[in-house]
Amino acid sequence: MSGGISLGHYLPGNSFFHQLNPRIKVPSLVIILATLFAVTSFPALLTMIVLVFLMFRLARVPFRYLLKGLRPILYIALFALFIFLFFTKGGVVLFRLGPLTVESAGLWQGLFVITRLVTLVLFSLLLTLTTTPLSLTHGLGYFLKPLGRIGLPTEEVVMIMAIAMRFIPTLIEESQRLMRAQVSRGADFESGSIFRKAKNLVPLIVPLFVSAFRRADELAMAMEARGYRLGAKRTRLHEDVITATDWAVLLVVLVMLAASFYFKL
Amino acid sequence: MAALKTEIIIETRALCYSYAGAEEVPPAVAGIDLKVSRGEYLALLGVNGSGKTTLLKLLNALLIPSQGEVLVKGISTVEAERVQLVRQACGMIFQNPDNQIVATTVEEDIAFGLENMALPAAEIRRRVDQVAGRLGLTHLLRQPPHLLSGGEKQRTAIAGILAMQPACILMDEPTAMLDPAGRRDVLETVKELNKTEALAVVHVTHNPAEAAEANRIVVLEQGRIVADGKPGEILTDLKLLHGLKLQGTVAAELAHLLRQRGLNLPTAILQNRELVESLCISEPVS
Repeated sequence: MSGGISLGHYLPGNSFFHQLNPRIKVPSLVIILATLFAVTSFPALLTMIVLVFLMFRLARVPFRYLLKGLRPILYIALFALFIFLFFTKGGVVLFRLGPLTVESAGLWQGLFVITRLVTLVLFSLLLTLTTTPLSLTHGLGYFLKPLGRIGLPTEEVVMIMAIAMRFIPTLIEESQRLMRAQVSRGADFESGSIFRKAKNLVPLIVPLFVSAFRRADELAMAMEARGYRLGAKRTRLHEDVITATDWAVLLVVLVMLAASFYFKL
Repeated sequence: MAALKTEIIIETRALCYSYAGAEEVPPAVAGIDLKVSRGEYLALLGVNGSGKTTLLKLLNALLIPSQGEVLVKGISTVEAERVQLVRQACGMIFQNPDNQIVATTVEEDIAFGLENMALPAAEIRRRVDQVAGRLGLTHLLRQPPHLLSGGEKQRTAIAGILAMQPACILMDEPTAMLDPAGRRDVLETVKELNKTEALAVVHVTHNPAEAAEANRIVVLEQGRIVADGKPGEILTDLKLLHGLKLQGTVAAELAHLLRQRGLNLPTAILQNRELVESLCISEPVS
């Protein structure tokens, strides 16, 4: 139950990538992902892989975090490989299994797609590992700002997200406490069918909701007491200033994207 | 200095408040006239439902009076456009330390009120560091709140208020959910601020030992003030306290029981030390 829930697996640090402004990091990732889809040759893709590994070295992320981050896509990757192996035709027949054949074009394309997928996940992982969920939220909130024109309260949405993150550990702690309290009175969360288990969760979820609503009420009061007003202008302790380094990073990824198109890599 | 001492921070005039939709029940606050001066440490004593918390919320403009008025530094809390000034002058600490920390780190939480005041980032940074140093939170600035102890959480909340440079701090049973160490931690912090910064404190409690720390006690019952005086007067008046289902300090209660058994003790015993001294005089060791 515990430890399994974590948002983005942020890894505290002070590296170059930790210090980049999220307002630059997010669009840079988008551009890199676009580049990944633009490249069509193995050498170019391998260059990208080498690049992402170098970046992980620079961010001082231990190797096991990469493996952990890749685990969720293992089955998708295997499934994609399977599909390509058996259903893409062309080239030399490598393997024959009854009516099914594995041909070289399928093998190459399968490997290519998987490599692309892995690289894609690794780049995204670099972002979430080096950016706190909070600054990521503020970074994304910046790009939501234009929606403010059509009446979406973007500042408030960011505040809601930030408070949700603040309360995740508190609520996890509380649910564990409730669970122990229920177990000590004979509740059973472990055995039975999936429906039975879901039903057994009701005495856990109801008090959790009640308490969450009470917390929300008290928190709203505390925020108001400290001068929070909807729609009022606020400043921030951590102003995000976009530095020359930030712009340079954005320029580099743009050049990469342009090059991949121009040279048809 | 004498002029400073009598500066009135909070004044209530014939203050009344009834919760909406509760016409049959008596008002929660029923006509309170109260003045709090700069540097005063006021304890509000009363049983549950006596109107302590409602009164506190009225002082901070979280509730708006049904009748009468509250003036904070001369500003009435009904003036909606100046309510920010009231809240900045009168910060509030709540009972549950978890439900008043807004941000994901200590420093961001201390900054929350200042961000609402729309101060420039450099000024926020300066004040956060200064207040954190003052309350011994510097080493915790980057910590997420769920890794703090109860006492540290309450001190973070106090720091967040203090950073707004208030004239008064309102506390609604701030130690009720803390362990003894956290309790001591919070009380000492507040007492120190009260002494050194002439910060007025209004402390809601039903713990007589905490009320004894104040320099004035106001006792509430059913939304009215029934007693107002020094801790030495109020907390030794066991007839009054027991009538309101309240208790005196341990020493006062014990002295009362000893007097009933015929021991000749003065009635003004408040602290343990006073009791010990009186006992040693009345029964000299042979």
